[in-house]
Amino acid sequence: MTASTVVTVLHGVAAALTDAGRTSAGEAALFWLLAPIMVIAALGLLFARKAVYAAVGVVAVMISLAFLYVAQDAPFLGVVQVVVYTGAIMMLFLFVLMLVGVDASDSLTETLRGQRWIGIGFGIGLGALLVSVVVRATFPAAVGLEKANADSNPVGVARLVFGDFIFAFEVVGVLLVTAALGALVLTHRQRLVRRIGQKERADARVAAGGSLTPLPAPGVYARSNAMDVPALDPTGAPIESSVSRVLRIRGQEREFGVVAAQIEPPATGSDREVTP
Amino acid sequence: MSLTNYLVLASILFAIGATTVLLRRNAIVVFMGVELMLNAANLMLVTFARIHGDLSGQVMAFFVMVVAAAEVVIGLAIIVQIFRTRRSASVDDVNLLKS
Repeated sequence: MTASTVVTVLHGVAAALTDAGRTSAGEAALFWLLAPIMVIAALGLLFARKAVYAAVGVVAVMISLAFLYVAQDAPFLGVVQVVVYTGAIMMLFLFVLMLVGVDASDSLTETLRGQRWIGIGFGIGLGALLVSVVVRATFPAAVGLEKANADSNPVGVARLVFGDFIFAFEVVGVLLVTAALGALVLTHRQRLVRRIGQKERADARVAAGGSLTPLPAPGVYARSNAMDVPALDPTGAPIESSVSRVLRIRGQEREFGVVAAQIEPPATGSDREVTP
Repeated sequence: MSLTNYLVLASILFAIGATTVLLRRNAIVVFMGVELMLNAANLMLVTFARIHGDLSGQVMAFFVMVVAAAEVVIGLAIIVQIFRTRRSASVDDVNLLKS
């Protein structure tokens, strides 16, 4: 099912408001399905010990909100909600979580005495206050957006954005550019020591002495070119440093004499089997 | 169903977001609480746009989203910067100015 189908189906579910400004049964079902999920996910943000779980909860809330927007005759905002909020903002959050460390969980020590209970009291109080105001207020019978959305919702929104709100739109553009620059400046890391480039590394290596060339490769025998057999220098003596340091430390290096004994003398031309 | 239900849901979400800002100590989680509050406000704007049959509410919600994007970029940059210098994302550890 493509995204456009989802939008169309949700739009169909929402249908129009009835004369009394009440929603259709389909929209009510959608609301009662999504509202508990959203509240539980939001509580997950509040109570989850790990920041990643909190982020997942917020993502759930935001996607559900996108559904509700589409059901509320705002398909443009629904799509923007998914693209901007869930797609960009929450992914940015997750990136920063990875940067800062996923394990960073909350400390439970209270630095301000009684802050937790004051906070809980404030939260419950704010919720009760807002809900009671909203429930007691008398709103006019809902008009619905059929007339405003006559030329489709994005067209209606665009007329307002590029009409009445054109100045705000320009200011928001400036704000976005400023924010991008600000992020660049804020995350810029001041260099405290001189940069160490290729030349500096090479100079340091020469100054430190030691072998400048790569070490000789181990194991040059026809029957045993294994990593654990040392190479021979021009005089025939094994070169210890040609075997990997790890193998030497583990004691898995094979002695040259042991390997040499296992090797048959190279076949000469006379006793080589001639195949017709 | 009356449209007031949407407003009640938005109020609850806003209260949860505000409580998160007050209670949590991880700066990133606190920031997500702010995002939740912005989202709740958006839901209210969209619902009022529908009640009044005027798309201005949706346009304002759109602007809120854009400003939230800018705000998140700056806020997270500040959090990353504090984490770099202080090795902590907890709001309790940002107390350099305390005498």
